[in-house]
Amino acid sequence: MALARKRYAIALGAGAVALAVAGGPALADSPKMGGVLNFVVGSKIPTYDGHRESTFGMIHPIRPFYSLLIRVNPENPQSTTDYLCDLCEGALPSPTDDGKTYTFAIRKDVKFHDGTPLTAHDIKATYDKIVFPAEGIISSRRPQYSMVDSVEVTDDYTVVFNLKYPSGAFIPALASPFNFVFAKKDLEREDPEGKDPLYGMKWHQTNINGTGAFTFVQHQPGAFVEGARYDGYHHEGKPYLDGFKAISAPKTAVRLNAIRGGEAAIEFRGFAPKQRDDLVGALGDGITVQESDWNCQLLISINHKKPPFDDVRVRQALMHAVDRWSASESLSKIAIVKTVAGIVFPSHGLAIDNDTLKTYVGFWPDIDKARDEARRLLKEAGAENLTFDLHNRTVDMPYRILGTWLIGEWKKIGVNVTQAGVATSEWYAKHRAGSHDLGIDANCQSVINPVADVGKYTSRSSNPANYSHYEDAELDSMHDQLLRSGDPAEQATIMRAFEKRVLNDEARYGMTLWWNKINPHRSYVKGWKIAPSHYLNQHLDQVWIDEG
Amino acid sequence: MAVTTGAYVSEEVFERPPLQTRLWAIVRAQPLGIAGAFIVLVMVLSALFAPFIAPYDPELNDFGAMLVPPGASHLLGTDEFGRDIFSRLVWGARTAMLVGFSCALLGSTIGLLIGVASAYFGGKFDILLQRVIDIFIAFPSIILALTIVTVLGTGTQNVIIAITIPLIPNCARVVRSSALAIREIPYVDAARALGFGHARIVLRHMAPNVMAPYLIMMTTFLGQAILAEAGLSFLGLGVQEPIPAWGLMLQGGAQEYAESAPWVPIFPGVAISLAVFGFNLFGDALRDLLDPKLRQQ
Repeated sequence: MALARKRYAIALGAGAVALAVAGGPALADSPKMGGVLNFVVGSKIPTYDGHRESTFGMIHPIRPFYSLLIRVNPENPQSTTDYLCDLCEGALPSPTDDGKTYTFAIRKDVKFHDGTPLTAHDIKATYDKIVFPAEGIISSRRPQYSMVDSVEVTDDYTVVFNLKYPSGAFIPALASPFNFVFAKKDLEREDPEGKDPLYGMKWHQTNINGTGAFTFVQHQPGAFVEGARYDGYHHEGKPYLDGFKAISAPKTAVRLNAIRGGEAAIEFRGFAPKQRDDLVGALGDGITVQESDWNCQLLISINHKKPPFDDVRVRQALMHAVDRWSASESLSKIAIVKTVAGIVFPSHGLAIDNDTLKTYVGFWPDIDKARDEARRLLKEAGAENLTFDLHNRTVDMPYRILGTWLIGEWKKIGVNVTQAGVATSEWYAKHRAGSHDLGIDANCQSVINPVADVGKYTSRSSNPANYSHYEDAELDSMHDQLLRSGDPAEQATIMRAFEKRVLNDEARYGMTLWWNKINPHRSYVKGWKIAPSHYLNQHLDQVWIDEG
Repeated sequence: MAVTTGAYVSEEVFERPPLQTRLWAIVRAQPLGIAGAFIVLVMVLSALFAPFIAPYDPELNDFGAMLVPPGASHLLGTDEFGRDIFSRLVWGARTAMLVGFSCALLGSTIGLLIGVASAYFGGKFDILLQRVIDIFIAFPSIILALTIVTVLGTGTQNVIIAITIPLIPNCARVVRSSALAIREIPYVDAARALGFGHARIVLRHMAPNVMAPYLIMMTTFLGQAILAEAGLSFLGLGVQEPIPAWGLMLQGGAQEYAESAPWVPIFPGVAISLAVFGFNLFGDALRDLLDPKLRQQ
């Protein structure tokens, strides 16, 4: 164990130095061409359609076949504001018309894998499907584009997005890794049997034709997906790899052993601290560890429909009882959580500073004082002998670990809680139905887009993802102002007021800790940089293999 | 002469030796059974007096004492939450006994009633009931329990239901075979001739006469139920954290820390093995004592 930690420290230290000094492992050496990257994926592929799906089980094996209009800078994925053109040309366009019009020049040298040249019409057809889907077509991130009024093509290589109002959330939303650009002709395909008028819109659920760095070779369901280098790729000199093989391995132990045994080089979602230590302990310098804050957070949903949780004093008391600051140190040793922060991703410009956070309910640094206050509030609310169920998923990492931790924290103020673990489908169903007391809820996003991400805390009537089941017109109004504000200073002011109401004044939702992404991988994998989301930076065009 | 001898022999046979002698005879005849009974007794006492035996609150997280090896402060070490493993084992005995005894008692008693009723009524009722039992027996017990707990949800109460249901047909089948023989004994006909109701005949005249298989099945079920509870908890479908339960203690962190902190999985594993071993030994001994054929051997 001690040896493993020491080796891990060396590996992580070396990685950190490389990242800080040389700008990352990829820049430390010249990329080499060739090789096949084998990686393991812990989830399944529901369909190939990125617009429809929300799982890394689809993104990791399928994203390399597609391009986006714009993407997070692959060399700087930790930045929350650095976006680059992928299928557009030059620098990102500045908005015109008081921030309501974005005009993109589309590259002229791009072809789909079937040889069809890409034009602005393909971009429009793609975004029309995402923003204005036909009835019967699922577009999972459609609400993020509420500011988009229309998408138009002014010539074959120019596409214009007209917004209803200026919004700082637009560009990050555009960079979503799920926004695969499809060919218009594929989206307009007709059903050979003449039965389904939406045949073309559904074609990508079972077929692949993109402009990404790799072409589709085969998919053996439940086993692997294979891709080969696309020689006509539009980013010159890339990709470096000859191909990739995404191996399906739902069990953590299998994924871990695949890397340990050399059958796979990397797993892009992340491992737990102990698994990282085991790999480093076993392989030493053969493993490089990259770590990052993760745009994922487990929340405490407090069902406002159920007394006594409709009483703000009870909600505040329950939040006061939880010692997040010390948990950051201890839980990060056993679970994929680490950073204490508010509702905005910790390193984003809109995130709260720690001094202010420490004045909020649930974040007081003096935990004894906080728990005294919790007991006082419970007594005042007549809820001293409170007992309830904590609705949770039967998923260990990190759901059950955090559930167990929270129950221990609440016990310290005399509240008795039973953990009610259920399968994922029931976890969603009960949360949606509002039949739980308190629950462990999740807010995991891809591109860091706080203005869109905090939509989670708006009223239930307009936001089905609100599992605390409250109505709060003031929060809705503030969120609407946030969406319409293009000025960062104004956004920050509104965000602070919004966050204070959610966490402190009304204790609508409880925070736990932000996730910590840990990616131990074979050291011969170069060029891949950890992003703050397991959905990001998965196009693999910058990855290369250095096997001497 | 023959009559006199018979009377003499009869007097000798029915003279009961003193209790001490009889107990000693049992100890000599069933040493393993006594060892099993001792293990069972320790488990039961642990469960009953857990608050007095356990040095720590079994659910108390103490992150300052994460994964402490066995030693003076923590006899059997601590887990990844800093919880004292000895205290969790002692309190876990309560969960094991609660689930074990509840499932065994319910499973064997319901099975007894179904088995006796099936044998007593016979005919189409018996055939139909036995086919239903066949269906249940066709499923492996753990698969059936998994299905039930998936439908009902997790938690102690649902785990008891999930484990009990697969036990019922097993007991019913065994009891029925004994009850079929009893049904043919004249006193059952006599009871019927006296106009007793079916319920009275089944409950007061037949059921008491199948106590031997009933008790044997019950002790066997105890071990099985403890093992099933541990299995369900291990799969995350049984008792939920932070309730101390042996199977749960083998789940999650125990797998992860098996190499670096082996005390985390070893002690609950030993507790489960000992409990099942103890109940099986005890059950075997009980069977030997209650079965006239085995007793004669």
